[in-house]
Amino acid sequence: MIHNIIKHNAYFDSVTLMLFSSKLGGISGVQEAAVMMGTDHNIELMKSSGILTEELASKVSANDLVIGIKAVSQEVIDLAIKTLDEQFENKNKSSDDSSKIKVKTIDAAVKKMDGLNFAIVSLPGRFAAAETMKCLKNGMHVLLFSDNITIDEENELKDYAVENNLLMMGPDCGTAIINGVALGFANVVRKGNIGLVAASGTGLQELTVIIDKLGGGISQALGTGGRDLKKDIGGKMMLLALDALANDPETQVIGIVSKPPAKEVMVKILDKVKTIAKPVVACFLGGDPSLVEGTDTIATETIEEAAKQLVKLSKGELTTDLQLYSEEELNGLVESEVSKLQGQKYLRGLYTGGTLAYEGMLILDAKVGDIYSNIAMNKEFGLKDVEVSLENTVLDMGDDYFTDGMPHPMIEPKLRSERIKKEASDPETAVILLDCVLGYGSHEDPAGAVSAAVQQAKELQSNRHVTYIASVCGTEKDPQVLSDQVEKLKNAGIIVLPTNAQAAQLAARILERL
Amino acid sequence: MSKVNELFNQSLKVTNVGLETFYQTVVEQNVSAVHVEWRPVAGGNARLAALLAKLNTIEIEEANKKAFDTMNNAEPVLTDIKFAYEVIEGMDKYTIGHAGPPLAWDDMCGPLQGAILGAIMYEGLSNSLEESEELVKSGKIKFRNNHSMGAVGPMTGMVTYSMPLWEVTNTSYGNKAYCAFNEGLGKVMRFGANGHEVIERLKWLETSLGPAMKKALAVSGPISLKVIVAKALAMGDEMHQRNTGASSLFVREIMKYLVQVVEDKAELLKITEFVTGNDQFFLNIAMATGKAICDPVKNIPNSTVVTTLSRNGTNFGIKISALGDQWFEAPVNQPKGLYFPGYSEEDANPDIGDSAIVETFGIGGFAMGSAPAVVRFVGASSVDEAIAYSKEMQDICVGLSPHFVIPTMNFVGTATAIDVRKVVETGSTPVINTGMAHKKPGIGQVGAGIVRAPLDCFIKSLEAFGDKYSQ
Repeated sequence: MIHNIIKHNAYFDSVTLMLFSSKLGGISGVQEAAVMMGTDHNIELMKSSGILTEELASKVSANDLVIGIKAVSQEVIDLAIKTLDEQFENKNKSSDDSSKIKVKTIDAAVKKMDGLNFAIVSLPGRFAAAETMKCLKNGMHVLLFSDNITIDEENELKDYAVENNLLMMGPDCGTAIINGVALGFANVVRKGNIGLVAASGTGLQELTVIIDKLGGGISQALGTGGRDLKKDIGGKMMLLALDALANDPETQVIGIVSKPPAKEVMVKILDKVKTIAKPVVACFLGGDPSLVEGTDTIATETIEEAAKQLVKLSKGELTTDLQLYSEEELNGLVESEVSKLQGQKYLRGLYTGGTLAYEGMLILDAKVGDIYSNIAMNKEFGLKDVEVSLENTVLDMGDDYFTDGMPHPMIEPKLRSERIKKEASDPETAVILLDCVLGYGSHEDPAGAVSAAVQQAKELQSNRHVTYIASVCGTEKDPQVLSDQVEKLKNAGIIVLPTNAQAAQLAARILERL
Repeated sequence: MSKVNELFNQSLKVTNVGLETFYQTVVEQNVSAVHVEWRPVAGGNARLAALLAKLNTIEIEEANKKAFDTMNNAEPVLTDIKFAYEVIEGMDKYTIGHAGPPLAWDDMCGPLQGAILGAIMYEGLSNSLEESEELVKSGKIKFRNNHSMGAVGPMTGMVTYSMPLWEVTNTSYGNKAYCAFNEGLGKVMRFGANGHEVIERLKWLETSLGPAMKKALAVSGPISLKVIVAKALAMGDEMHQRNTGASSLFVREIMKYLVQVVEDKAELLKITEFVTGNDQFFLNIAMATGKAICDPVKNIPNSTVVTTLSRNGTNFGIKISALGDQWFEAPVNQPKGLYFPGYSEEDANPDIGDSAIVETFGIGGFAMGSAPAVVRFVGASSVDEAIAYSKEMQDICVGLSPHFVIPTMNFVGTATAIDVRKVVETGSTPVINTGMAHKKPGIGQVGAGIVRAPLDCFIKSLEAFGDKYSQ
């Protein structure tokens, strides 16, 4: 069955028409189809394909649109005509993508924008070192988010950076605030005169956030990557960053957060601090305070304590202590929670932030001891099977085990949500301790995800009460808005404390009573 | 002041390499940023990545800059019509020039064999296709690749003894390049057709249009082709798939001379109909222009710039500056595009022709942004997509043309001087706009589309360059 349509004096370019022809040809039941301008050449083509009758062929001119459809039935022809009408009416949607500046190589990026001075690199580890070196060679300071970089590669990058006086933050550096710009995972905090350098991501986030809550402000917050203070690297970036903060007129007070450095690195840092005319506060999480005794460095045990010292030095006084609850209220809270528990004994700390997990573990270990973890300091308490919690357990769910092939739980909270439900259904679980990290880079609604998980978990607790305690690392100016997030957690029946240290301390007080 | 402290006093300008969320994060904070859609260097091939790192030298950069400048300094002008026997060394009736890198008869695709059989008849050496084939089998026919003769030809690219050729002279360097006349659409020798009317038309080109054009050019004097190419880009041509503007401009230029030199009114009408009736008339002139621009770029020591892109229907061949006339080949790809009624992808021959010489100097697929009308050959429908191709080509080129600009892209120059290193690094190969021939000899054109050059020939050239460079 052949159907012809002639539209007189209707011009379309041949490409459009070939496209229409191929659309028609794709309809099942259409044996042959062509939509063409009626030039002699085209008419011949259509005649020889058997889709234009001799009689009609004599009536068309080069300015006419000629449609020929050969199909198995009238229904198919009707469908083809309908399809064609849609094609003619179809206005091409053009997506304006011009606001995004995208290129394929670093060289192309350098050509694209004059004066590039900073690079964020988050490539798979085996490719990241070479690309990072390209950025450094182009005079850019670098935040290297990637992990799985070898010690040799890290040294090569940092040696080049030190030689050329460039920041080489990382590998495995998640957070920095430079000139007020949040880079990687970072919060929106007040500008001020406190300069920070950290060998940890969420440690730096927690410190900047608490400083902000205490009314202080940040000049610069620099990262070094988790391995910088190990013997193999020797604190190269820590020393460079301290120099930069020492020479920065905006910075009046300097803060350091890190796990304890290697001995010889500690010596270098303390020597460096001696040369700095500004007060320096250090929080070496889990480090022996005697390490810095008798030096100019002010040592603190928790990130919260470090923030308080820094703000005191920065402003001359501390106007708030961040205590949400009085001692009496806290006692009441502990009493009330303990009374609701029915013989359950253990804590499960489920963290998305690595340093927050570490800090929580330290605080709990000091108060109740014997904390099992996937990041345990003492091998005896390392979990053999990370999937199964033992007694009191604190998990860093951003650790390699969980992120292998999965997004980090600060970006995608699903894995932690599942674990919350799993721990809640364990009849031994008394307390579930959580963090909730806001800021750029993080999930758009982490508290919403936690609340949903806790509500589902409560259905699995079969009338048992479980105490949920959380802290939120974030500010009012963060995209997720601190107060909104706190509200969501409270509505789900979660006790919310202003800092991770306070949350862990409250959990410890409850555990001590069980 | 130390560089870190300098940074504290500057506005951040960020490049993000990896997760796009970090790019969005800084852009949300009103920071200027470029996102690098990074892919592993050389597809993650460590050996090639190491080679590329070794070839990241100032010496090569400078050599490539020289190659880029040589391309831009070219002044191509249309000077004359010459017969192949006049200008091609060693040309005789038994010599047949074809497109692409050299290959043996048995390795040739259908259309190329079909065109050769027809060309033998055109030269009067045989009276039938069968006789032609016997001549080929007897070994009397000598095949030469056009590029080795200073010439280029579209699709099968036949260049034989009696054919009139456009002569383009690059006055900056004094070199000349040649290309035969465009035969029009439908059943034509360049698509492998070889029937009676095909040969008749070629004879007419030889005896009427060729000599008339020669006389007209003698009166007009040299015609600047750089001007025509630049103007046509502003008229929506990219001069490979679409030559509507360029052909019109050329005809406007030449007609007043043609009418002076052709006495016979009936013949003048025939000539006028022919040159005004073929949108692709200018393509062959654009190709000779490309050859004239690219030839002086050859043999610049240490330069990794591509001087030839060409296909013979079986293999894709490229040449790079430092390695002169050495071919690097890989099997050609199948073009993707739209088909004339009655034909489908099954009928199409793989990629063929010297016409990719236009992409070699930055027009054709590289200038697709200036010709939104042709982007739909890829089955896409937006102008953005055409522009995206032109932008992508910037990533593999040394720089942007100062002469040839794309109006739809805010008059940015076309990407010019392909750097083999960048092709291998990004895995992004030149995009070529092309016609499609039927895979059987004697049938002709079945559609048009776009095709990518195969990555392998670029890898081979880079490896050969690396061997030479390290010595």
